[in-house]
Amino acid sequence: MKDSRLLAVWCPDWPVVAACTASGTSQHVPVAVLDGNEIVATSAVARAEGLRRAMRKRMAESMCPELVTFDHDPQRDARFFEPVAEAVEELAPGIEVVQPGLVAVPARGPVGYFSSAEQAAERIVDHIAQQTGTEAQVGVADSLFAATKAAHRNVIVPPNQTAEFLRPLGVHELDAPELVDLLRRLGLKTLGAFADVPENAVASRFGGPATRQHRLARGLPERPLDKRKPAPELAVTETFDDPVDRIDSAAFAAKILSERLHENLANRSLACTRLGIHARTEHDEELHRVWRAAEPLTPRGIADRVRWQLDGWLTRERLTSGIRTLTLEPVEVVNGTALQLGLWGHDDERAVRALLHVQGLLGPDGVLTPVLDGGRGPKEQVRLVPWGDERVPVRNPDHPWPGRLTRAPATLADDPAVLKDADGNEVGVTGRLELTARPKSLAVNGRTQEVTAWAGPWPVDERWWAPDSHRAARIQVQTPDQAFLLIRRDQRWFLEGVYD
Amino acid sequence: MSRSATASLAELGVNPASELTSTTTDHATGRVLPVRGELAGLLPWGGLRRGSTVSVGGSTSLLLALLAGATADGCWAAVVGLPQVGVLAAAELGVSVQRLALVPRPGADPGPVIAALLDGIDLVAVACPLPPSLARRLTARARQRRAVLIAFGSWPSADVELTAESVRWNQLDDGAETLRRQEISVRSGGRGSAGKPKHVLLTFGEEEIELPLVAGEPSGSDEPADAGPDLPDELASRRATTRGRPA
Repeated sequence: MKDSRLLAVWCPDWPVVAACTASGTSQHVPVAVLDGNEIVATSAVARAEGLRRAMRKRMAESMCPELVTFDHDPQRDARFFEPVAEAVEELAPGIEVVQPGLVAVPARGPVGYFSSAEQAAERIVDHIAQQTGTEAQVGVADSLFAATKAAHRNVIVPPNQTAEFLRPLGVHELDAPELVDLLRRLGLKTLGAFADVPENAVASRFGGPATRQHRLARGLPERPLDKRKPAPELAVTETFDDPVDRIDSAAFAAKILSERLHENLANRSLACTRLGIHARTEHDEELHRVWRAAEPLTPRGIADRVRWQLDGWLTRERLTSGIRTLTLEPVEVVNGTALQLGLWGHDDERAVRALLHVQGLLGPDGVLTPVLDGGRGPKEQVRLVPWGDERVPVRNPDHPWPGRLTRAPATLADDPAVLKDADGNEVGVTGRLELTARPKSLAVNGRTQEVTAWAGPWPVDERWWAPDSHRAARIQVQTPDQAFLLIRRDQRWFLEGVYD
Repeated sequence: MSRSATASLAELGVNPASELTSTTTDHATGRVLPVRGELAGLLPWGGLRRGSTVSVGGSTSLLLALLAGATADGCWAAVVGLPQVGVLAAAELGVSVQRLALVPRPGADPGPVIAALLDGIDLVAVACPLPPSLARRLTARARQRRAVLIAFGSWPSADVELTAESVRWNQLDDGAETLRRQEISVRSGGRGSAGKPKHVLLTFGEEEIELPLVAGEPSGSDEPADAGPDLPDELASRRATTRGRPA
């Protein structure tokens, strides 16, 4: 486990920092970065005004009229992050960019060098501030997910305590909105509660993609470690006759090369999760950066990262000439067919989506799901809960329940009924749990039928004899062509079900 | 059924009766959802064929029994518009209630609700009365989404109609005994080859006593209902052979 310890460096509100840097705006005014109409990042001042991620632009502006807004631009985020990545790299070789604003590095390097994780973190934060004027936080843990969460909180998680660190965090920390929504409806509010669900149950209940989130919640790496090194011939290289020195030509080069790499991988049923980007300039400067992705990269995902990286390098003033050679190397690959296992529980996922859709139309109580419960009557043995709520019995169904009927009616009812004997007197139930007379007719819902046979009575609660008991009892009644379940409550008969 | 009615059903995409036959491939590939033994004899496909509409009348137990085999096999079922359904009875009849969803009150406009369910739920039982035009649209939706629509009550374009002619229980004995064994006499009918009437006596008891299938008239109707011309059947078997071959 020690080998997998990761140090994450996180710059809070990075899209805001990048936008402010690019435009020369102070970060100490309310700033929001919008993707379309939705907030993706805010400055601390804007948060103090109550602005949050996913909030609509109109609402944000009504809450905070002096809000300065910027459109989200991943390229800008990447371009201004490159100096930060370099600053980290100066102290901790082997960094991997996870996304603009977040880099990871195996912790053993810097921690060994600085004698303790705390010292390493302090030095890295100072160095970034000195070199770039950027505020950063550091976290260390046994997985990338946990290290990132640790960086958000500026904590060093001791070795082998990653799972404990994650347990109290809310499930919203998982970047999977649909799953988070579902987990909350199920009452699984913390990562620990989710982690306690057995893995096979997660696969069958929530579908394959949820198993990866489940690994994260348990503090495990996204994927089981695969020591296989990708074959070197998978890498693709392009030498440009006209050195790439402008962002538009870099974007084109990125696209072409990315497609070649993806084709190489796809032909072998592989997908890339860590991408190495190497560049050599006309003046033989060597540039190298590794991007790490949580999900296997699509061709578009590869092209984006290559474009961002080239932009970062080209924008950097220290680069004295254009890029002559560009190489994309898959540093870590996963089996593409293993990804297909995401289709596990596919049918359940379809059903879940359909039921959520109906809940969207009718409200959460519009879709109910039964929980079999302990008890005697056909109604108390079934509890209907809104779909998505926790389905646990409140009474033990395996407990012996004297008076429980052998068969339940297929149709439930709750209608007044009149049960009479041959003389037209109402039939009652004695304190000794016996009928006062042989029933001869049943009137229910305006229809009177001859009673041909009956069974019971059975007590509705165990304390039939107790003076404070409800003295309720059930009987089954047959008419020439139907069978009914009746219950006597408060000296009156009610139809409880029809055995149709 | 009149000729023009048949024609309009065809326009709606209702399969001709010759397609109401099944092959073993259909079962193996999940095109036909399983039902318990005696019910299989009532259905022309030996189970519930995905995309079909089956109407059920006269017995809630019969409706629930139809859901049992498929839900036990991992399929999902939804029951719409039947707030009084006895879930405990469903469980006793073999329904896996953990894969059962209830939409007791689909509201004034049940069309979108039922359509949404057909998109993701294998078996959708509908118990609320609907205008015939909406019913036909939902039948088409079920076919398109490869779901099974089970109508509780009459339905204008059902492929098979199952009617419980009687529901009987073991005789109670003045205070003694209790309801244990249920016998439902079921008649099936429908369009085309499914239209040949068949009778089956379904028995649900504590020990799940399975009685042999009781064949109705005409004699021999418990044979596979491949009453269509020979050609489609041959095509079906050829398809099966092709599929069995490695790619």
